[in-house]
Amino acid sequence: MTHQRLLPRQYLILGLVSICTPLGDSCLSRGMTNMPPISLAHPAALIGAVFTPWIALGIGFLICFFASYLTALSWADLTFVLPATAMGNVFVALLSRFWLHETISLQRWIGVVLITVGVGFVAQGPSLTERPTAEDPALDEAALVKERL
Amino acid sequence: MTTPFAAAQPGFWFSVGVIAAVVLSSTIGEVLTAAAMKSIGDLDAIRARAGLKGAIRAVVTCPLFYAGLTFLALAFFSLLFTLNHLNLSLAGPATASLTLVTNAVAAKLFLKENVDRRRWTAAVLVCIGVYFLAH
Repeated sequence: MTHQRLLPRQYLILGLVSICTPLGDSCLSRGMTNMPPISLAHPAALIGAVFTPWIALGIGFLICFFASYLTALSWADLTFVLPATAMGNVFVALLSRFWLHETISLQRWIGVVLITVGVGFVAQGPSLTERPTAEDPALDEAALVKERL
Repeated sequence: MTTPFAAAQPGFWFSVGVIAAVVLSSTIGEVLTAAAMKSIGDLDAIRARAGLKGAIRAVVTCPLFYAGLTFLALAFFSLLFTLNHLNLSLAGPATASLTLVTNAVAAKLFLKENVDRRRWTAAVLVCIGVYFLAH
Protein backbone atom coordinates (compact mmCIF):
# COMPACT_ATOMS: atom_id res chain seq x y z
CA MET A 1 0.00 0.00 0.00
CA THR A 2 1.39 3.37 -0.92
CA HIS A 3 0.43 6.51 0.95
CA GLN A 4 -1.96 8.65 -1.09
CA ARG A 5 -2.50 12.18 0.17
CA LEU A 6 -6.03 13.46 -0.04
CA LEU A 7 -6.79 16.75 -1.79
CA PRO A 8 -8.62 19.57 0.11
CA ARG A 9 -11.68 18.85 -2.08
CA GLN A 10 -11.63 15.22 -0.93
CA TYR A 11 -11.44 16.30 2.74
CA LEU A 12 -14.49 18.51 2.03
CA ILE A 13 -16.38 15.47 0.68
CA LEU A 14 -15.48 13.49 3.85
CA GLY A 15 -16.67 16.48 5.93
CA LEU A 16 -20.03 16.42 4.15
CA VAL A 17 -20.28 12.67 4.77
CA SER A 18 -19.75 13.33 8.51
CA ILE A 19 -22.10 16.29 8.93
CA CYS A 20 -25.09 15.16 6.87
CA THR A 21 -25.52 11.85 8.75
CA PRO A 22 -26.25 13.23 12.28
CA LEU A 23 -28.44 16.00 10.84
CA GLY A 24 -30.44 13.46 8.83
CA ASP A 25 -30.70 10.96 11.71
CA SER A 26 -31.90 13.70 14.11
CA CYS A 27 -34.65 14.76 11.69
CA LEU A 28 -35.70 11.11 11.19
CA SER A 29 -35.79 10.53 14.94
CA ARG A 30 -37.91 13.63 15.53
CA GLY A 31 -40.28 12.63 12.74
CA MET A 32 -40.64 9.00 13.82
CA THR A 33 -41.17 9.72 17.53
CA ASN A 34 -44.08 11.98 16.58
CA MET A 35 -45.78 9.09 14.78
CA PRO A 36 -47.92 6.34 16.30
CA PRO A 37 -46.13 2.97 16.79
CA ILE A 38 -45.88 1.09 13.49
CA SER A 39 -46.34 -2.69 13.55
CA LEU A 40 -44.87 -5.25 11.14
CA ALA A 41 -48.46 -6.09 10.16
CA HIS A 42 -48.82 -2.65 8.51
CA PRO A 43 -45.47 -1.94 6.80
CA ALA A 44 -47.17 0.48 4.35
CA ALA A 45 -47.32 3.01 7.20
CA LEU A 46 -43.52 3.35 6.84
CA ILE A 47 -44.01 4.55 3.25
CA GLY A 48 -46.52 7.16 4.47
CA ALA A 49 -43.95 8.39 7.02
CA VAL A 50 -41.63 9.41 4.16
CA PHE A 51 -43.97 12.30 3.23
CA THR A 52 -44.05 13.95 6.68
CA PRO A 53 -41.93 17.20 6.92
CA TRP A 54 -39.27 16.03 9.40
CA ILE A 55 -38.76 12.69 7.65
CA ALA A 56 -38.62 14.46 4.25
CA LEU A 57 -35.98 16.90 5.58
CA GLY A 58 -34.05 13.96 7.06
CA ILE A 59 -34.17 12.20 3.70
CA GLY A 60 -32.85 15.40 2.03
CA PHE A 61 -29.80 15.36 4.33
CA LEU A 62 -29.34 11.63 3.76
CA ILE A 63 -29.43 12.10 -0.04
CA CYS A 64 -26.67 14.72 0.37
CA PHE A 65 -24.78 12.22 2.54
CA PHE A 66 -25.24 9.44 -0.03
CA ALA A 67 -23.92 11.53 -2.94
CA SER A 68 -20.81 12.49 -0.92
CA TYR A 69 -20.43 8.91 0.33
CA LEU A 70 -20.51 7.45 -3.20
CA THR A 71 -17.95 10.00 -4.36
CA ALA A 72 -15.67 9.15 -1.41
CA LEU A 73 -16.01 5.40 -2.06
CA SER A 74 -14.88 5.91 -5.65
CA TRP A 75 -11.41 7.05 -4.50
CA ALA A 76 -11.04 5.54 -1.01
CA ASP A 77 -11.51 2.22 0.77
CA LEU A 78 -14.70 1.44 2.69
CA THR A 79 -12.63 0.98 5.87
CA PHE A 80 -11.15 4.47 5.32
CA VAL A 81 -14.47 6.25 4.66
CA LEU A 82 -16.54 4.62 7.43
CA PRO A 83 -14.63 6.00 10.46
CA ALA A 84 -15.04 9.47 8.93
CA THR A 85 -18.81 9.09 9.25
CA ALA A 86 -18.36 8.70 13.03
CA MET A 87 -16.87 12.21 13.18
CA GLY A 88 -20.47 13.40 12.87
CA ASN A 89 -21.02 12.39 16.51
CA VAL A 90 -18.07 14.58 17.49
CA PHE A 91 -19.50 17.56 15.57
CA VAL A 92 -22.84 17.11 17.35
CA ALA A 93 -21.11 17.02 20.78
CA LEU A 94 -19.02 20.12 20.00
CA LEU A 95 -22.06 22.02 18.67
CA SER A 96 -24.02 21.08 21.80
CA ARG A 97 -21.22 22.37 24.04
CA PHE A 98 -20.18 25.57 22.28
CA TRP A 99 -23.37 26.64 20.46
CA LEU A 100 -26.19 25.33 22.67
CA HIS A 101 -24.04 25.64 25.85
CA GLU A 102 -25.11 22.17 27.01
CA THR A 103 -23.06 20.34 29.63
CA ILE A 104 -21.04 17.44 28.23
CA SER A 105 -20.08 14.74 30.76
CA LEU A 106 -16.50 13.48 31.12
CA GLN A 107 -17.58 10.16 29.60
CA ARG A 108 -18.78 11.94 26.46
CA TRP A 109 -15.53 13.94 26.20
CA ILE A 110 -13.67 10.61 26.37
CA GLY A 111 -15.91 9.40 23.52
CA VAL A 112 -15.09 12.53 21.49
CA VAL A 113 -11.34 12.02 22.05
CA LEU A 114 -11.48 8.30 21.16
CA ILE A 115 -13.36 8.93 17.90
CA THR A 116 -11.04 11.79 16.96
CA VAL A 117 -7.95 9.67 17.65
CA GLY A 118 -9.49 6.74 15.71
CA VAL A 119 -10.27 8.89 12.68
CA GLY A 120 -6.83 10.52 12.91
CA PHE A 121 -5.27 7.03 12.90
CA VAL A 122 -7.02 6.11 9.65
CA ALA A 123 -6.46 9.51 8.04
CA GLN A 124 -2.69 9.17 8.57
CA GLY A 125 -2.65 5.96 6.55
CA PRO A 126 -3.30 5.25 2.88
CA SER A 127 -6.81 5.93 1.61
CA LEU A 128 -6.87 3.16 -0.98
CA THR A 129 -5.59 -0.42 -1.15
CA GLU A 130 -3.24 -0.65 -4.10
CA ARG A 131 -4.25 -3.36 -6.59
CA PRO A 132 -1.64 -4.95 -8.85
CA THR A 133 -2.20 -3.96 -12.49
CA ALA A 134 -1.26 -5.71 -15.72
CA GLU A 135 1.42 -3.04 -16.31
CA ASP A 136 2.95 -3.69 -12.91
CA PRO A 137 6.70 -4.40 -13.47
CA ALA A 138 6.70 -6.79 -10.51
CA LEU A 139 3.99 -8.84 -12.23
CA ASP A 140 5.90 -8.84 -15.51
CA GLU A 141 8.96 -10.14 -13.70
CA ALA A 142 6.89 -12.84 -12.00
CA ALA A 143 5.46 -13.87 -15.38
CA LEU A 144 8.99 -14.09 -16.84
CA VAL A 145 10.17 -16.27 -13.96
CA LYS A 146 7.13 -18.52 -14.42
CA GLU A 147 7.83 -18.76 -18.15
CA ARG A 148 11.46 -19.76 -17.51
CA LEU A 149 10.32 -22.51 -15.14
CA MET B 1 -40.28 16.81 25.97
CA THR B 2 -42.82 13.99 25.90
CA THR B 3 -43.80 12.31 22.69
CA PRO B 4 -47.47 12.24 21.71
CA PHE B 5 -47.42 8.45 21.34
CA ALA B 6 -45.70 6.61 24.16
CA ALA B 7 -44.76 3.07 23.03
CA ALA B 8 -44.51 0.08 25.38
CA GLN B 9 -40.93 -0.82 26.41
CA PRO B 10 -39.67 -3.39 23.84
CA GLY B 11 -38.14 -6.70 25.00
CA PHE B 12 -34.41 -7.49 24.96
CA TRP B 13 -34.56 -10.01 22.09
CA PHE B 14 -36.80 -7.72 20.05
CA SER B 15 -34.23 -4.92 20.45
CA VAL B 16 -31.38 -7.28 19.49
CA GLY B 17 -33.37 -8.52 16.47
CA VAL B 18 -34.19 -5.09 15.02
CA ILE B 19 -30.64 -3.78 15.60
CA ALA B 20 -29.19 -6.95 13.98
CA ALA B 21 -31.49 -6.47 10.97
CA VAL B 22 -30.22 -2.89 10.50
CA VAL B 23 -26.56 -3.92 10.93
CA LEU B 24 -26.80 -6.91 8.54
CA SER B 25 -28.67 -5.12 5.75
CA SER B 26 -26.46 -2.05 6.14
CA THR B 27 -23.24 -4.09 5.94
CA ILE B 28 -24.35 -6.00 2.82
CA GLY B 29 -25.52 -2.73 1.22
CA GLU B 30 -22.30 -0.86 1.99
CA VAL B 31 -20.03 -3.65 0.76
CA LEU B 32 -22.01 -3.98 -2.51
CA THR B 33 -22.02 -0.18 -2.98
CA ALA B 34 -18.27 0.04 -2.30
CA ALA B 35 -17.67 -2.77 -4.83
CA ALA B 36 -19.83 -0.91 -7.37
CA MET B 37 -17.96 2.38 -6.89
CA LYS B 38 -14.58 0.65 -7.17
CA SER B 39 -15.69 -0.96 -10.44
CA ILE B 40 -16.80 2.45 -11.79
CA GLY B 41 -13.57 4.27 -10.84
CA ASP B 42 -12.79 7.77 -9.53
CA LEU B 43 -16.00 9.83 -9.88
CA ASP B 44 -14.04 13.10 -9.75
CA ALA B 45 -11.98 11.99 -12.75
CA ILE B 46 -15.11 10.84 -14.62
CA ARG B 47 -16.80 14.18 -13.89
CA ALA B 48 -13.75 16.08 -15.16
CA ARG B 49 -13.78 14.00 -18.35
CA ALA B 50 -17.50 13.57 -19.07
CA GLY B 51 -19.22 16.16 -16.84
CA LEU B 52 -21.75 15.65 -14.05
CA LYS B 53 -24.15 13.84 -16.39
CA GLY B 54 -21.39 11.41 -17.34
CA ALA B 55 -20.62 10.72 -13.67
CA ILE B 56 -24.31 10.15 -12.86
CA ARG B 57 -24.66 7.89 -15.94
CA ALA B 58 -21.62 5.87 -14.84
CA VAL B 59 -23.26 5.24 -11.46
CA VAL B 60 -26.84 4.53 -12.60
CA THR B 61 -25.75 2.09 -15.32
CA CYS B 62 -23.86 -0.13 -12.86
CA PRO B 63 -26.01 -3.17 -11.86
CA LEU B 64 -24.01 -3.76 -8.67
CA PHE B 65 -24.97 -0.26 -7.51
CA TYR B 66 -28.67 -1.24 -7.58
CA ALA B 67 -27.97 -4.37 -5.54
CA GLY B 68 -26.25 -2.20 -2.92
CA LEU B 69 -29.01 0.40 -3.07
CA THR B 70 -31.65 -2.28 -2.45
CA PHE B 71 -29.95 -3.43 0.74
CA LEU B 72 -29.29 0.16 1.86
CA ALA B 73 -33.00 0.91 1.35
CA LEU B 74 -33.80 -2.18 3.40
CA ALA B 75 -31.41 -0.91 6.10
CA PHE B 76 -33.09 2.52 5.98
CA PHE B 77 -36.60 1.14 6.49
CA SER B 78 -35.29 -1.21 9.20
CA LEU B 79 -33.80 1.87 10.90
CA LEU B 80 -37.11 3.75 10.64
CA PHE B 81 -38.86 0.74 12.20
CA THR B 82 -36.18 0.54 14.91
CA LEU B 83 -36.43 4.28 15.71
CA ASN B 84 -40.18 3.85 16.02
CA HIS B 85 -39.64 1.32 18.85
CA LEU B 86 -36.23 2.18 20.40
CA ASN B 87 -34.66 5.48 21.46
CA LEU B 88 -32.17 7.14 19.12
CA SER B 89 -29.64 7.13 22.00
CA LEU B 90 -29.70 3.30 21.91
CA ALA B 91 -30.42 2.52 18.25
CA GLY B 92 -28.07 5.17 16.77
CA PRO B 93 -24.81 4.26 18.54
CA ALA B 94 -25.57 0.50 18.60
CA THR B 95 -26.12 0.28 14.84
CA ALA B 96 -23.29 2.75 14.04
CA SER B 97 -20.64 1.05 16.15
CA LEU B 98 -21.59 -2.53 15.25
CA THR B 99 -21.74 -1.66 11.55
CA LEU B 100 -18.16 -0.32 11.76
CA VAL B 101 -16.87 -3.68 12.98
CA THR B 102 -18.95 -5.86 10.63
CA ASN B 103 -17.95 -3.64 7.69
CA ALA B 104 -14.24 -3.95 8.53
CA VAL B 105 -14.61 -7.76 8.54
CA ALA B 106 -16.69 -7.78 5.34
CA ALA B 107 -14.31 -5.35 3.57
CA LYS B 108 -11.37 -7.63 4.35
CA LEU B 109 -13.22 -10.81 3.31
CA PHE B 110 -15.14 -9.65 0.24
CA LEU B 111 -13.47 -6.45 -1.01
CA LYS B 112 -9.95 -7.73 -0.19
CA GLU B 113 -9.11 -4.38 1.40
CA ASN B 114 -5.88 -4.15 3.32
CA VAL B 115 -7.39 -3.81 6.80
CA ASP B 116 -4.10 -3.43 8.64
CA ARG B 117 -3.49 -2.95 12.36
CA ARG B 118 -3.98 0.82 11.99
CA ARG B 119 -7.50 0.37 10.57
CA TRP B 120 -8.50 -2.28 13.12
CA THR B 121 -7.30 0.01 15.93
CA ALA B 122 -9.27 2.90 14.44
CA ALA B 123 -12.43 0.77 14.09
CA VAL B 124 -12.20 -0.35 17.73
CA LEU B 125 -11.41 3.19 19.02
CA VAL B 126 -14.34 4.68 17.09
CA CYS B 127 -16.60 1.84 18.24
CA ILE B 128 -15.75 2.46 21.93
CA GLY B 129 -15.95 6.23 21.38
CA VAL B 130 -19.46 5.98 19.94
CA TYR B 131 -20.48 3.85 22.95
CA PHE B 132 -19.09 6.45 25.40
CA LEU B 133 -20.76 9.31 23.55
CA ALA B 134 -24.13 7.60 23.83
CA HIS B 135 -23.96 6.92 27.58
